Amino acid sequence: MRWSRRDSRGISQRNPKVTGVLPVTLEESRKIVQAFLHSGKEYVCVMKLHGDETENRVNEVLREFEDTIYQRPPLRASVKRQLRTRRIYYIDFLEMDGRNVLFKVGCEGGTYIRKLCYDVGEVLGCGAHMQELRRTRAGSLTENKDIVTLHDVAYWFAEWQQQKDKKILEKFIQPMERALTLVPKIYVRDSAVDAICHGANLTAPGILSLETGINSGSMMAVLTLKGEAVALTKAGASTEEILNMEHGIVAKTERVLMPRGTYPKCWRSGEA
Amino acid sequence: MFPAMPRSVAPWEIERKLLVKAEDKTNPRYGHKPEERPSEEYIRYGIINLDKPAGPTSHEVAAWVKRILNLQCVGHGGTLEA
Repeated sequence: MRWSRRDSRGISQRNPKVTGVLPVTLEESRKIVQAFLHSGKEYVCVMKLHGDETENRVNEVLREFEDTIYQRPPLRASVKRQLRTRRIYYIDFLEMDGRNVLFKVGCEGGTYIRKLCYDVGEVLGCGAHMQELRRTRAGSLTENKDIVTLHDVAYWFAEWQQQKDKKILEKFIQPMERALTLVPKIYVRDSAVDAICHGANLTAPGILSLETGINSGSMMAVLTLKGEAVALTKAGASTEEILNMEHGIVAKTERVLMPRGTYPKCWRSGEA
Repeated sequence: MFPAMPRSVAPWEIERKLLVKAEDKTNPRYGHKPEERPSEEYIRYGIINLDKPAGPTSHEVAAWVKRILNLQCVGHGGTLEA
């Protein structure tokens, strides 16, 4: 989609006053988008009330929305409009000025804050809408660390093209492994890597170490001892179970991140 | 003012420990540490924590980055569409 389209869509259809952390994946790293989609998000939001309410009442109602909520995506949404549940980890009321309410919300990916504001307004009785929104966190990326603007990207990239100094790239690009900070990780032997790159499932003998808190069915990142991401997998057992396994499949490979042949092939093929 | 309610744990509040199952070494001949990838590869295996400006959509912003960096394909994690 190009900028030149703006005339045909008109201002009302655009994204007014929605800013903040947007993880941009470059070429090969697009494969980790999955890890972002299911990660938690944090927003700071300005909600405009349509009537006068006391601070206490607003705070009370916001609190009611903590934990699990039901939500139907708004009319203009990029997903199917069916009722679904989303978890709200916390809502912190920050301040209130007249009819403008400022709050911070930590929620599961896919929660519509515009809808949340509308629903808060319904419960209050006076109605409300979302005025302004800023995403302060997407998974492991926050607005406090390594955030850059489009201008920074254009500037540093031009600088790098002239000087060819990798230090400049590091100012605005992070290795994709940064995105996996919050995903439970499992480290494997060099000899297991290429098989996984070819789509094989992860088996117990290849595992060197793993993090706590893995449950059967949860997403898990497979890494080499050098810390490179090999694949995203779906765990078939919990941390404790995996530790005691001698053989058998530990995780199903869902998305391979590393190209084949990066590590040597270490398995016997049929003909040999 | 309000009784302290037990907050549910957000994904970024979970602490994880690393448990070792077996020991092994890695061969320095293959692969690179993520920070030590050669420049071109570093870009292709990179992500940008971008501060999305107000106005353009997430898709447009991603398309701009693609043009600035002269890449084949650029995606974004989680549309910021509200």
